[in-house]
Amino acid sequence: MSDAPKNGRGNGGPRVGVYVCHCGSNIAGMVDVAEVARWAGEGLPGVVVARDYKFMCSSLGQEMIEEDIRQQKLDRVVVAACSPHLHEKTFRRACANAGLNPFLFQMANIREHVSWCSEEKGPATDKARATLAGAVRRVAHQRALEPMAVKVNPATLVVGGGIAGIQAALELADAGLPVTLVEREPSIGGHMAQFDKTFPTLDCAACILTPRMSEVGQHENVTLLSYAEVEEVKGSIGDFTVTIRRKARYVKEDACTGCGVCIEKCPQSVVDDVYEAGLGYRKAIYRPFPQAVPKYPVIDTACCTYFKSGKCKACQIFCTPGAVDFEQRDETVELHVGNIILATGYELFDCTRIPQYGYGRLANVFTSLEFERLCNAAGPTTGKIVLRDGVTEPKRVAVVHCVGSRDTRHHEYCSAVCCMSALKFGHLILEKTKAEVWSFYIDMRPLHKGYEEFYHRLLKEGMHFVRGRVAEVTDAARLPGEEGKLIVQYEDTLLGRQRRLPVDMVLLMGALEPRADAKANALKFGLSCSMDGWLTERHPKLDPVATMTDGVFIAGACQGPKDIPDSVAQGAAAAARVHGMISRGQVLIEPVVAQIDEEHCSGCRVCNTMCPFNAIEYVAAETVSRINPAMCKGCGTCVAACPAGVITGNHFDNTQVFSEIEGVLWDAAV
Amino acid sequence: MTDHAHDHHDHPFEPKIVGFLCNWCSYRAADLAGTARIKYKPNIRVIRLMCSGRVDPAFVLKALARGADGVMVAGCHPGECHYLVQNYKTIRRFQLLKHTLAALGVEDARVRLQWASAAEGQLLADAINDMVEKVRALGPLEWPHKWREGNGLDRLEAEVTAEDARLGPPHREAVPEEVRP
Repeated sequence: MSDAPKNGRGNGGPRVGVYVCHCGSNIAGMVDVAEVARWAGEGLPGVVVARDYKFMCSSLGQEMIEEDIRQQKLDRVVVAACSPHLHEKTFRRACANAGLNPFLFQMANIREHVSWCSEEKGPATDKARATLAGAVRRVAHQRALEPMAVKVNPATLVVGGGIAGIQAALELADAGLPVTLVEREPSIGGHMAQFDKTFPTLDCAACILTPRMSEVGQHENVTLLSYAEVEEVKGSIGDFTVTIRRKARYVKEDACTGCGVCIEKCPQSVVDDVYEAGLGYRKAIYRPFPQAVPKYPVIDTACCTYFKSGKCKACQIFCTPGAVDFEQRDETVELHVGNIILATGYELFDCTRIPQYGYGRLANVFTSLEFERLCNAAGPTTGKIVLRDGVTEPKRVAVVHCVGSRDTRHHEYCSAVCCMSALKFGHLILEKTKAEVWSFYIDMRPLHKGYEEFYHRLLKEGMHFVRGRVAEVTDAARLPGEEGKLIVQYEDTLLGRQRRLPVDMVLLMGALEPRADAKANALKFGLSCSMDGWLTERHPKLDPVATMTDGVFIAGACQGPKDIPDSVAQGAAAAARVHGMISRGQVLIEPVVAQIDEEHCSGCRVCNTMCPFNAIEYVAAETVSRINPAMCKGCGTCVAACPAGVITGNHFDNTQVFSEIEGVLWDAAV
Repeated sequence: MTDHAHDHHDHPFEPKIVGFLCNWCSYRAADLAGTARIKYKPNIRVIRLMCSGRVDPAFVLKALARGADGVMVAGCHPGECHYLVQNYKTIRRFQLLKHTLAALGVEDARVRLQWASAAEGQLLADAINDMVEKVRALGPLEWPHKWREGNGLDRLEAEVTAEDARLGPPHREAVPEEVRP
């Protein structure tokens, strides 16, 4: 290293302490740690003390570092041990305890990246030396950084009024905090409001959901904006500005009493594709279901006679309080909140995408959501399980699992809830009809508390279980007894046989899918999606409801397939995270962000297009770009892109990276 | 091979590869490879960056100029970037860099862009092994030596001029359809 500074001990250069960890034998078994420490102490620039120790992360190890910082007046510390993802925080804290800024600490990963993946001691020790040299060279150029404190607005926005969103809103509202709950549909309730019973306890979904719906609807701390969508999100944790579009209901909420006369008098009936899954009808002015929250109806302008032909106005004529207003327009509301919880839910797989199962072509093939409505006492058949003709009770029903899930042609993942829904359907069919029920499964996955017991209950109740995927559902009879029936062609993998089963009704357990607009929505809130389209959590195990965007949390099935208990748990968890931040009053933001040297910025705006978080703002008056540190995530893409080289990436600046390059190549011939 | 190669006479050539790994996927893939005790060649020296989008082409040039025989840039798979879309910018930058490096006479296999999710420790280990063998087959790059005055810089210049003439006017390589944002 021709330009390497001479070992700067006592010359006013950095005073670096190097600590090489044995990690028991995890590192020491492959790397000659004592030799690495000796070498660092003698050969690396600025090193005033170099030690090796059994377990650096132990309290004794940390105390040793703290003592050295004080005694030896260290102003830089390098620990060569495990991955920074494991113990960077530990050692940063130790440095801070001894009065050293935590950003003057650097970690060299010689366990995961050296000892554990190497086979020979010599080369492993060399690699450890290079890794350590990189860290020591780099640390000299690191600068003290202070986390930024941002005040947190105590108001929270919850997007999505399904069970997860309702739970989150109630948790916060009950804690005395203001919440705005935004729902796209005319009523909150989500998918759960469409269900009949819930597994495995068979409580009626409406009986447990509707009290929570009205609670949230009437809560003094909750502002409910139904039939509304988030248009734009600006700002960052603690201080978001959200623009919400309230779609015109054509019913004035402050005047409407919710009496329902308008619905009664409306002459126009249409098929209800949303709430009744296409099995029932609603009027052109409607509320999705009787217990809807809020109670105000909406006019569907696409089928309203007045909006189509200018005549009718029956609803307006019969409305005593005069709440119907055909002139109403969409309204835009601007909201200031400190945190956002997304609970935007899922969609059901479109079963027509698997044409061999005949959905949409064979009348008596039903989706799971259709069947929920079919056995619901408040549904189109008042709970009678009948074929598409509306009268005939089926004698044999086939339940096909994993339609679109666990299928590499559609979704590789397991939809998590369908096994249990299938068992629930099985139970309801056996209870309400005399039909036989045959379930075609790949694996039964009753995973949670009480679920396995429910499976056993269904085994006892006489539901038939066949392990194997259904190849086809057809109405082409080939054998006696198949005429007029639907024939399920399947492989019984336990018998190793191809078989046919004539049935009257087929239920397709469609996959749970991300919402069609999940990706666009993710971008709106600065989140990312997995390849499948589910919103990505900050950490799959340890931080399941936070996201990479500080102040934005996710709950429920928008993060992945989930049943009701899991969705509720996540709603509560997200609320707890938000509440924690509000209680603290301010949040500390990692100072690993980019900064623009405005004096040398030419205002070319190359960096502006690099940032997907809109953290870089162009200040036209001064012809410079400026980075909002609260919105910057610290990726450093703009730093690498700046043609003038005037953007600094804190903690990953050019000098630091160049020094690390020189360090890891200390032994290369220059 | 250049005359400089005789320095390595006594030892078989062990390529030095600098890896720029993103904090979220590829660095964690390397962590996972370690945790799972997957063994791979010790020739890579890892530098952690927050995102592959931080990789300034100058980092790659610096590593080569400092004696690296190869450089790996690793990031999250397209569509899975922790910072939403920044690895698409890496792809574009990388295309331009490769074009420049080709003109400077650096063989294709020496500089590699590798995607690895945090779950793909084995994939990353395999990619490192593969790269080490390819670079080993190419021999030392010896850029520092070549760039030193009187040590063949003139020859390199001639090579570059000839390569430029062969390539014709500069063009941008097309980014494959599936990796466009």
